[in-house]
Amino acid sequence: METVQIKINGIDYEVPQNSTILEAARYAGIHIPTLCYLKDINEIGACRICVVEVKGARSLVASCVYPVSAGMEIQTNTELVQSSRKTTLQLLLASHDRRCLSCARSGSCELQSLCNELGVSEENTFDGAKLKHGLDNSTLHMVRDNNKCILCRRCVGACENQYVSVIGSNDRGFDTHIGCAFEQSLEKVPCVSCGQCIVSCPTGALMDNDHCDDVMSAISNPDKYVIVHTAPAVRATLGECFGMPPGTNVKGKMVNALRKLGFDKVFDTDFGADLTIMEEAAELIHRITNGGTLPMITSCSPGWIKFCEYYFPNFLPNISSCKSPQQMMGAILKTWYASKMNIDPNRIVVVSVMPCTAKKFEIKRDHQCAAGVADTDYVLTTREVAKLIKRAGIDFVSLNDENFDSILGVSTGAAAIFGATGGVMEAALRTASDMLSETSQKEIEYKEVRGIENIKEATYEISGLTLNVAVVSGLKNSAALLERVKRKEVNYHFIEIMCCPGGCVNGGGQPLQPARVRNYENLSEIRAKTLYAEDKSLPLRKSHENPSIKLIYDEYFKTPGSEISHKILHTKYKIRDKF
Amino acid sequence: MQKIIGKTPFNGTEDQKKRLQEAIEKHKSDPGALMPILHKAQEIYGYLPIEVQSIIAEGLELSLEDVYKVTTFYSQFSLAPKGKYEISICLGTACYVKGSGEIADKISSILGIKPEECTEDGKFSLTACRCIGACGLAPVITINKDVYGRLTPDDIEGILAKYA
Repeated sequence: METVQIKINGIDYEVPQNSTILEAARYAGIHIPTLCYLKDINEIGACRICVVEVKGARSLVASCVYPVSAGMEIQTNTELVQSSRKTTLQLLLASHDRRCLSCARSGSCELQSLCNELGVSEENTFDGAKLKHGLDNSTLHMVRDNNKCILCRRCVGACENQYVSVIGSNDRGFDTHIGCAFEQSLEKVPCVSCGQCIVSCPTGALMDNDHCDDVMSAISNPDKYVIVHTAPAVRATLGECFGMPPGTNVKGKMVNALRKLGFDKVFDTDFGADLTIMEEAAELIHRITNGGTLPMITSCSPGWIKFCEYYFPNFLPNISSCKSPQQMMGAILKTWYASKMNIDPNRIVVVSVMPCTAKKFEIKRDHQCAAGVADTDYVLTTREVAKLIKRAGIDFVSLNDENFDSILGVSTGAAAIFGATGGVMEAALRTASDMLSETSQKEIEYKEVRGIENIKEATYEISGLTLNVAVVSGLKNSAALLERVKRKEVNYHFIEIMCCPGGCVNGGGQPLQPARVRNYENLSEIRAKTLYAEDKSLPLRKSHENPSIKLIYDEYFKTPGSEISHKILHTKYKIRDKF
Repeated sequence: MQKIIGKTPFNGTEDQKKRLQEAIEKHKSDPGALMPILHKAQEIYGYLPIEVQSIIAEGLELSLEDVYKVTTFYSQFSLAPKGKYEISICLGTACYVKGSGEIADKISSILGIKPEECTEDGKFSLTACRCIGACGLAPVITINKDVYGRLTPDDIEGILAKYA
């Protein structure tokens, strides 16, 4: 690595040649505040919060995009720098809706913490005209309040990164606002509901379409039997909402907290993931041996499904007909489980805790009502469930570990890794290879499909069958891969696609981490490690070895892909018009 | 000012569409193809409604928002159709101090449209413009090529009647 000598605040440092001043300052132990800058997502140097003095420069420079050069002398904390940053914040506040007390982001707002840190003691310094914006609450998954927007454009960058670009900055000057084409509501444009804009937003402009109150009233209703189940990726992130370091596995505390909230049963979506693998592996083998449409593409990620329906409709026959683990879970709870436990499915309220905002959209799709009522009633994001726990006064960090309820709380390591990119592929390969060889294979770690690279490819020989697989996450990467498949440059049998970059651990429903964390740490990688560690620690690591899975097939579905499993566990997709 | 989006139904012809698609083909591989295509589209249709912008977005493999945001940034692009008679009211300094604001209000109230809008029958549209170089006649309006000066709000009804 080539380095250069620079001076930061009068002291010499040797820093990598290609770094920005912002990155170089880390070597000096200096954290330069940022607002519009979000690494890899929005690097436009627009907000002027990160300004520093550079000797010889005409004016203050934006450190987030300004590259270092040999002999550069930088001052990060002069009176001029401090007063410039403070004035910038005060100007931003001039047109900001400052009702912080009732704001969903109060306490996690990056604008609020900057004002605090940089000593903005007077919020009305420039109390000018404001535009009045209405709320956009048209979608099932999120709410936009442009009165809280500071036009940093992080959401726009996130949307562009997802190859969707349904939001952008409209009009100019004082009238500039973030919106959709022709000022349509978000519901009218081809948004895929991924929520990457929400996790990128520094303020309260973008929020969950919150279902906390609905869930609370279901729990309080004695006529309802309220069942909660939690997705694989949530246990690796929920602790972050309570100040625990990223990557802490809080499975046991989470179960305890949910029980304390008053849910009648606390189950594990991992069981649904194991069930998905049974069906998906069987479908893959069936497609390969019977000349079905290939490559088969995974169907767990509702953001990806919606993306395919809008942008790549020719690939719809390639998508596995399996419902997602969330929907399989809801479907069996209201059919098999309800009749086994003798509970009227109409009394059951299924709540899922998901790292995902597109899941809120998924539950309202067609063909998601196995028992004649919705498979899932409410989806709570990781953030929302944290809110419920805080609201109930539960001291999360000091809770003891508890176990999921039987019989749908039993799961395997294969399901645990669903939350990371490559996990579904690996889980499916573990089961498919045992199904094909009719033995129990010892080699179960498919390391080629792990990791955070954009596109991972591998070829496996299983019982004389050659299997070309690819794993991709993030919709920009997915689009690039699908284009290659379309041009017949590659020949895959099986592709795993996850909507969010890095998979569900980095989902749009996950805890908000400020730019000061995201700019320096790869959260996807840290959180995914937790899931692979959980996989390793579990006694059972293949979906078909899950005893509850064996039970449900013995009692109900008979074999994967049976007529009844098609009725309960499979679904359909439709072409959606982009314009 | 926020761009006004026209509400009159789109009635583009097949011929117009063909001409637009030729323009897209011609510029498609140029860097910055969007601007010349938008200019051409406005020349063909007179304005850039959602139907026209959708054709452009599809042709250039852009999202509709990527096209729309450009059309709202530059003032030369119009999102509302022009009427058969295009009324321009000068809101430049001289006309404004001579009361062109009240003239604009009067036109708006008679026709039921705000600046940058078009009447439902497609007859009149109203644009606010800056100085047209006839300050001696302030306040001034133009209707297509006709110029009317030294106006009072009471003159408007009679002038519009000529075009009825």
